[in-house]
Amino acid sequence: MAEAIHEVHRHPAPTGFIRKYIFSLDHKVIGIQYIMLALTAVVVGLVMSVLMRMNLSWPGTNWPIMGTLFPTGAPGGVMTPEFYLSLVTMHGTIMVFFVLTTAPQGGFGNYFLPMQIGADDMAFPVLNMMSFWVTFVGFIVLLTAIFAEGNLTVGSWFSKLGESFAAGSGTVGPIGGWTGYAPLSALGKIAGPGQGAGVNLWIISIAIFCIGSLLGALNFITTLLNMRTRGMTLMRMPLTCWAWFTTAILALLSFPVLLGGGILLLLDRVAGTSFFIPGGLYVSGSLVPLHNGGSPLLWQHLFWFFGHPEVYIAILPGMGATSHILSTFARKPIFGYRAMVFAIFAIGMLGFFVWGHHMFISGMSPYSAIAFSILTLSIGVPSAIKTFNWLGTLWGAKIRFTTPMLFAIGFVSLFVAGGITGLVLGQTSLDFFFHDTYFVTAHFHLVMGVASIFGMFAATYFWFPKMFGRMMNESLGKFHFWVTFIGVYAIFVPFHAMGMVGMPRRYAQFGEYEFLKNTHGLVLFVTVAAIITAVVQLVFYFNFFWSIFKGKKAGDNPWEATTLEWNTPSPPPHDNFAGIVPVVYHGPYEFAVPGAAKDYIMQTEPEGAA
Amino acid sequence: MATVTSTKTAAKPGIGPGWPKPPGKNGSNGNGRKRFGGGKRFSKDTYRITVWILMAAIVMMFVALASSYIILSGNEGWRPVRMPRAFMVSTGLILISSITMTAARRQVRQGQRRKYQGWVLLTLLLGIAFVVSQIQGWQQLVAAGAFMSGNPHSSFYYLFTGAHGIHLLGGLTALTYLALRSGQVLVGEANEKRMAAIDAVTLYWHFMDGLWVCLFLLLWLWK
Repeated sequence: MAEAIHEVHRHPAPTGFIRKYIFSLDHKVIGIQYIMLALTAVVVGLVMSVLMRMNLSWPGTNWPIMGTLFPTGAPGGVMTPEFYLSLVTMHGTIMVFFVLTTAPQGGFGNYFLPMQIGADDMAFPVLNMMSFWVTFVGFIVLLTAIFAEGNLTVGSWFSKLGESFAAGSGTVGPIGGWTGYAPLSALGKIAGPGQGAGVNLWIISIAIFCIGSLLGALNFITTLLNMRTRGMTLMRMPLTCWAWFTTAILALLSFPVLLGGGILLLLDRVAGTSFFIPGGLYVSGSLVPLHNGGSPLLWQHLFWFFGHPEVYIAILPGMGATSHILSTFARKPIFGYRAMVFAIFAIGMLGFFVWGHHMFISGMSPYSAIAFSILTLSIGVPSAIKTFNWLGTLWGAKIRFTTPMLFAIGFVSLFVAGGITGLVLGQTSLDFFFHDTYFVTAHFHLVMGVASIFGMFAATYFWFPKMFGRMMNESLGKFHFWVTFIGVYAIFVPFHAMGMVGMPRRYAQFGEYEFLKNTHGLVLFVTVAAIITAVVQLVFYFNFFWSIFKGKKAGDNPWEATTLEWNTPSPPPHDNFAGIVPVVYHGPYEFAVPGAAKDYIMQTEPEGAA
Repeated sequence: MATVTSTKTAAKPGIGPGWPKPPGKNGSNGNGRKRFGGGKRFSKDTYRITVWILMAAIVMMFVALASSYIILSGNEGWRPVRMPRAFMVSTGLILISSITMTAARRQVRQGQRRKYQGWVLLTLLLGIAFVVSQIQGWQQLVAAGAFMSGNPHSSFYYLFTGAHGIHLLGGLTALTYLALRSGQVLVGEANEKRMAAIDAVTLYWHFMDGLWVCLFLLLWLWK
């Protein structure tokens, strides 16, 4: 009989604090843990971006706290150019991996994918718990990367790990950017300040993150394929589920490539291999000894083969949430459900064949460049399908302008504004000019950074009542939306202009360049806009945490939505549906059905009952 | 007309083929599997699907590494290293272990538990012998003066064997688990679950075999 007990693998509700909130197996708790991790990481990333803006606008200013935290990175409180570059690196890595990949997929996906398909948990709860904690460890390791070299105390902890981790090898954190281009990133400390211990930790952190994401992706795909409830056919799934599914496939196929590349890079640094280091390399005034036979371009190929799908990993869940929320508050079925599904899939799959457009100036054959260019531009087709379907959904609708709806509409706006410059950068001839300028920075911040974040804000305001049983404050939410919406355009539209005059990325200051003299006012304007936008996020944080305890009580279905998660108490019980197996009779977006009693039909409503 | 449609859908609520009967009152979901508190949530597809997904991820990583190998093989400074004899022995060992694993799976399907136990133990031993032989291969490489550092071809020897070895350890752990439990007599769902686990482990083990053969051929013939 012991055998029979063993076979009951669905875990019972935990009782102790640790099993309930820390090492929980419940996908809902794990989802919230991911969201909290992202909420923490985004503060670090945001503070770093503000520091960068301050350094660009007021170079040479003394910020005493910086001198205390980073005695070598910012001696006497004045940021060095190398320290600026490590801020660039850390900001990019934290935002891409620990915010844009964790919150949309690990956070909301974890919480709502099982609920929307009518499952009681993920297919592998233990794996799910591990994927979060592995990711968490990755975040801690990444944070140490900037301190390991910028701060002598922390640096000395790592000195025991061997020569390549020794403190004092550089003066700041990793400076290679989130792309960490070889050969400089492969050489170790002989490549100069900021290429020592910090880069090792940076690579290790990313490798850990890859493993966490792979565990998550495995779980997502199995759950979606195998645990859909009765009647939940693939074409009855909410578009959010399609987006999370596609994202999981992208993660599954792209993270192993980055992991492979990361292992090669780390071996080059600590084991003396030459995967990315060619022979006869001359760096910082001396010949690099003992290395021969590697190819620096190989790293770019491996990195961008992962890197391009990664940007879709960041934005696809936002697209899913936006589609879902637009339909709900337009009180209309999503326009072209099937087309939306195919567009999501097409964007995801095409994303694997366009990595070369990040490498147009690497000296690649013009024929390959044309192929990559055409494939890149062809992503515009499914993207346009999505955009027009969103507009079609809004057309003629009696829109309910709630905060989540505003953010979803904001997502569409930002996706169009940022996506349109993708058509510019995707052409080799134009990219030759725009490469490595602020134009590129403007493009990817709007489309992948801010648009994804808007998707997540929309998702947060939308699902908060389900997660915590209380509503977020609408007035604060609308204030947050309008300032953020105007703020991000105020920051990133000027970036396009800066790029057009040729302002290069990743420069710590521009004061000495004659041709950039007249951009000074613009740089200052962007800094002020960035500080205001950053400060306004405090309103969101306040709203979030205040509403958990003091928000207006939400019913089971405050938005009058149709999908399964609104069919259960808020917050949901441990097994999601309180012992009832939901049965699905309808598609996910049956709003305004002619002849129906209400203006929406829940997916669980038996046919003919209405 | 409307009434006709509604009775039709009530009897067979628009559902896919996997869901033949309407839900019962005792928590059964209609096709014999209890859910939510009934505890039986096991579907024999779960393991198989998972292993396929896992294999896709592992393939992607080795495709990345193998592409790197092929690209670097055209570079200056590529000095081919002779294939150590031990790796040929390992290749033989793992090929045989695939056959023994198939035999184990066949026996358990025919209800021959004792024979299954023997074959699964043999597979495990062959797997361990493979690892030992791989380590010998490293020793032969070192003896021949081919180290991890230095020219990429010798680095790739260590990288491929090491990366494959780490994934193989997962397979060995699963085999050990099967071997330890192979003496138990199981009935009903527990047995079904074991059969599914055996299917999944067999699949993974064949994959490890095929993966090693590819890497071996690459190292041996593409220099």
